[in-house]
Amino acid sequence: MKKIFAVCGMVCTLLMYATMSFASGTVKIGALFAVTGPASFLGEPEKKTLELLVKEANDKGGINGMKLEAVIYDTTGDATKAVQLATKLIKDDKVSIIIGPSTTGESMAVIPVAEKERIPLISCAAGIKITEPAKHWVFKTPANDHVAAEKILNYMAKHKQKSIALLTVTDGFGASGREQIKSLAKQKGFAIVADEVYGPKDTDMTSQLTKIRGIKPDAIICWGTNPGPAVITKNVKQLGIKTPLYMSHGVASKKFIELAGADSAEGVMLPAGKLAVYDMLPKNDPQYKLLKEYDLAYKKAYGTEASTFGGYAYDAWMLTSAAIKKSGATPEKIRNGIEQTQKLVSISGIFNMSARDHNGLDLSAFEMVKVSNGDWALIK
Amino acid sequence: MSLSLLSRGEMQFDQLLQYTLSGLSTGAIYALIGIGFSIIYNATGIINFAQGEFVMLGGLFTLTCLDLLKLPIWAAVPCAVVASTVAGLLFERLAIRPLKAPTPINLVIITIGGSILIRGLAMLAWGKDTHSIPSFSGDDPIAIGGATILPQHLWILAITVIIIIINKYYFYYTISGKAMRACAYNRRAAGLVGIDVRRMVLFSFLISSAMGAMAGIIVAPLTMTAYDVGVMLGLKGFCAAIIGGMSSGMATVVGGLLLGILESLGAGLISSGYKDAIAFIILLLILFIRPQGLFGKADSERV
Repeated sequence: MKKIFAVCGMVCTLLMYATMSFASGTVKIGALFAVTGPASFLGEPEKKTLELLVKEANDKGGINGMKLEAVIYDTTGDATKAVQLATKLIKDDKVSIIIGPSTTGESMAVIPVAEKERIPLISCAAGIKITEPAKHWVFKTPANDHVAAEKILNYMAKHKQKSIALLTVTDGFGASGREQIKSLAKQKGFAIVADEVYGPKDTDMTSQLTKIRGIKPDAIICWGTNPGPAVITKNVKQLGIKTPLYMSHGVASKKFIELAGADSAEGVMLPAGKLAVYDMLPKNDPQYKLLKEYDLAYKKAYGTEASTFGGYAYDAWMLTSAAIKKSGATPEKIRNGIEQTQKLVSISGIFNMSARDHNGLDLSAFEMVKVSNGDWALIK
Repeated sequence: MSLSLLSRGEMQFDQLLQYTLSGLSTGAIYALIGIGFSIIYNATGIINFAQGEFVMLGGLFTLTCLDLLKLPIWAAVPCAVVASTVAGLLFERLAIRPLKAPTPINLVIITIGGSILIRGLAMLAWGKDTHSIPSFSGDDPIAIGGATILPQHLWILAITVIIIIINKYYFYYTISGKAMRACAYNRRAAGLVGIDVRRMVLFSFLISSAMGAMAGIIVAPLTMTAYDVGVMLGLKGFCAAIIGGMSSGMATVVGGLLLGILESLGAGLISSGYKDAIAFIILLLILFIRPQGLFGKADSERV
C-alpha cells in the first residue's frame, strides 16, 4: 500500500512539475529557411540571425519569463519540402508560429497550410502576392518590390528621365520586378522602350546591352540578384554605355561592388535597405542604433557583415517577440499581436501593420544610393 | 522592334559586329569545355557529366591561390590547373576505375553522381557566395570598329587557340596521343597491340580536366565564379561537342563558336528570352537530324 502511495505521489509531483514547466513555459518558434540550395544566400543569414536572436533572448531570461526554442528546418528552396516541413513543425513540433520560408514560391505553397492549421506565418520573401490581398494568418517582412521600384521611378522623375530600358532576370524576383515596373511606369507616364531579359546563370549580357545602346533610353533598370547585375555592370562599362544604370535592392550589399569592381560599378544607383548604408545615416535616424547593434553582433558571432536578407528574419523575430510580450504566446494571440504592431522600429524599416496591410512598410524603408569610390553614397 | 532597328542602318552594322564578337568569346569557352567532353568520350565511350565541375574548380582554385596563398596571377593559374587536374585524376581513380561492370550507362550515372559530390564539396570549401577574380591585364575596353571587347576576351581567344594547337600536336604527333586515338577507334584492338587502355583513360581525364580548369580560369574574370557555375557551362560545352559530332578537333571548336554566335545573335536580333532555348533547339535538331554532328560522316555499325 505504501508503495502505491509513493508511486502516486511521484506521479503527482511529476504531473505538477510538467504543468508548472508548461506555465512558465517554452515558446516554440518554427522556422523554414532555404539554408542550402540555390536560395541559400537568403536562407543562411536568416538562420544565423534567428539563432543569434533566440540565444540572446534566452540569455536575458526569455520573454515574460518564458524560454524560447527555435526549431529551424532547411527547405533547400524546394516548395514541396517546405510544405512537408511546415506540416511537421505544426503537427510534431507544435510550434506557435512559423518564420519563413525564404522564397516567394515556397511561401505561396506554405500559406494554405498555415491558414488551415491556424498558425501565424511571417514570410521572409519579397513577392507581393504573399500579403496582397491580406490573408488572416500570413505576414511578411521584406518591403514589396513595387516600393523599391517606385523609389527608383520617383528619383528618375526628379531628374527628368522619361524612357526606360528594362533588363530583368528570368526568375521569380526578376519577373515580379518587371511586372511592377511596367505597371508603375504606365501609371506615372514613363515609356518602356526596351524589355530585355537574361538567365540567372548567364555569363555575358553584351547582346542585350548592345540592343539597348542602339535604342538610346534615358535610363537602364536592371532587376536581379548577384552575379547577373555584376556581369551587366561590367558589360555596360565594356560597351562604353553612359546611360544611367539603376539596379534593384536585390544587390544592395558590398558584395555587388566587389564583384563588379569599384571601377565598373562607379555611378550605379539603387534603392537600398537602410542596413547597407547605416553608417551614413544621420545619427538621429530612429533605426540607426538597432542597425548598428545588429551588424556588430552578427560580425562578432559569424565574422561577416550582416545582410539585408538576415534582416528579414530579424524583423520577423521583432514582430514575434513584441507580439508575445504584449498579447501572449498562443498562435491566436501572437497573430493578433502582430496585426496590431505600430511603429515597431526594426531592420527593414518601421512596421505599421493593419488588418489590410500585413507587410507594414512604405517608401521610407529604402534610401537611394549611388556607388562612389567603391562605397555607397546617399543621393537625393 | 526589328523595324525600328532596320531604320538605323548604320547602327545595325556596329551592333552585328558586337554580337559576333561577344558570341565568339563566349563560344571559345564552350569550345574548350566541349573538347574536354569529346576527349573522354573518345577514350572511354562515356559522356563525363562532371566536366563542368572542373571548369568550376579551375576558377575557385585560382581564387584560393590568389587570396589565400597570395600568389601572383601568372603563378596562380598553373597552380589551379594542377590542382584541378589532380582532382580529375582522383575522380578517375576512385570513381571510374574501380567499377566492376563498366557499362556506359553505369559510368554516365557515376559521372553525374560525381559532379553532384564535387559541387557539394566545393560548396563546403568555398561557400555559396559568388567570387570575382581580377582580369589578367586590366579592364579598359578595346574598340574594334564600332564594337568593343575587353583585354580578357583576347586572352580567352588566344589561350583557346594555343590549347587547340597543343591538342592537335599531341593527338597526331606523339606516341601517347596516337595511342589514345587508337583507343577511340577500337579499344579492344588497341589493347591487343599492347596499348594500356586503362592508362589512356586516365590520360584522357588528365587532359580534359586540365582543359576544363583552364576554361574556368580564363572566363572567371568576366563572369565571376561560384560553386555552381559548372552546370550551365557544362551543358553548353556538351552542346558544342554534340554539334561537333564528339570530335576532339576542329569540329567541336566550330561547334562551340557557332553556338556562341547564334546565342548572341538570337538574343540581340530576336529576343533575349529565347537565348538558352536557341542553344537547346540546336542540340535537339542535331540529335534528330544529324546525330553524327554537323561535319561528321555517318558511322556504319560493323558486325
